[in-house]
Amino acid sequence: MASAVRDLELDLDAFEGPFDLLLTLVLKEQLEPAEIDVAGIVVAFVDGLAARDRIDLDACGEFLVLVAALLEIKARQLFPDEGAELSELEPEEAAEELARRLAEYRRMKDAAGWLRERLTAERDRWFRLGPAPLAPRVERRLAPQDPASLAAALAGLAAPPPKVSLSHMALRFPPVAQFLERFRAVLRRRRVFDFDGEVVGLSRVEQAVAFLALLELRKSGEVALAQAGPFSPIRVSCPVKERIPQWTVRSA
Amino acid sequence: MDRPLRLISRDTIAGSPIDALARTIEALLVITSQPLSVEQLAEATEDDAERIETALGLLGERYREGRSGIVLERAAGGYAFRAAREAADACGRLFERPVERGLSQAALETLAIVAYMGPVSRPEIARIRGVAADSTVASLVERGLIAEAGREAGSGGAVRYRATPLFERVFGLDTLAELPRLDDLGEDAAAIRERLLEVAGARAS
Repeated sequence: MASAVRDLELDLDAFEGPFDLLLTLVLKEQLEPAEIDVAGIVVAFVDGLAARDRIDLDACGEFLVLVAALLEIKARQLFPDEGAELSELEPEEAAEELARRLAEYRRMKDAAGWLRERLTAERDRWFRLGPAPLAPRVERRLAPQDPASLAAALAGLAAPPPKVSLSHMALRFPPVAQFLERFRAVLRRRRVFDFDGEVVGLSRVEQAVAFLALLELRKSGEVALAQAGPFSPIRVSCPVKERIPQWTVRSA
Repeated sequence: MDRPLRLISRDTIAGSPIDALARTIEALLVITSQPLSVEQLAEATEDDAERIETALGLLGERYREGRSGIVLERAAGGYAFRAAREAADACGRLFERPVERGLSQAALETLAIVAYMGPVSRPEIARIRGVAADSTVASLVERGLIAEAGREAGSGGAVRYRATPLFERVFGLDTLAELPRLDDLGEDAAAIRERLLEVAGARAS
């Protein structure tokens, strides 16, 4: 590729860089031909020619071939169906259609020029630009409310939590052995007694220890316990001695 | 704003209900960032359109170039406040113009097509300009100058775009009808065809 073509620097909307890079990107399908302003490329090339002392005909020829190919690729991409339509037209009709389209574009180009002039003329008009207005909010209508019931509901949440009792930390537990001896003594005097009757007048802790002692005696088989129903008085008695068969020579 | 109201002396209006209405409209225009139509003002003030226009006439007299730093203008089908032109330099030193800054030729041509032919789709814009319009359209949508306006008929139809009220305001238009007539722009097809034939003839000879 001639250096005048290869090194042609482009500054287009869709691409900025040397011409050979643009062609590479198009061939690798990394740049849409439809995005390329071909007229801009031609203007840049002609500007480059004007800056040189002599015209490089080789470069011009090569450039023409490349730009023609680029134009064809772009046209095929832009008008895939219309190309077929146009090819069916008579030369006169095709010229008419081409002229119509050019006229349409020329009008829009002039309109863009008018807009640019307008923009310049209105440059000293400043106004507030802000976000879109807030959307109207739907008002939530509540049923009539009683403030007293709300206050009562909040009062429950506002009440301080009950203080945690630490009184059990100071409790003194009497030894279980004390009650073991006591119950054994009672049983020696009477064969049957009521637990409640023996512990009446004692503190709750002493009653609990006394009950533990009773369970201990039951475990060791020293007493039998009976209760008619839940929370009924606990009756304590000596256990009935099981009849243990005596070993005799005869039985052996 | 050019209403017979201007003939009414300020003395007869000060303290009148119209003056109170004008103050309310003034407040509404201060808090809005886009022009308010007479209908919107009538709805907000719960007053009738004729009285709104009378009050706007009063405000127009009060807020005009040379008299106030704030100017009442008609734009984008409504009324809005803007800075007086004499303050433009100071405004420019403090603020930027994000909407119209760096609008390229491609963007202006696309804007013209959307403003004249909208609602119009991207393929249609590309057909007229001869260049794909995707990035230009996206940039204009981002600036708020054009907006989506439905799709072309049929399933999967292309999105169509129209010019926004912001476009009208930026270009100082009350409505799109204030754009120059298309017939007055460009060459007509016959003239272009003549030129094409001349070029073709010259090449053939």
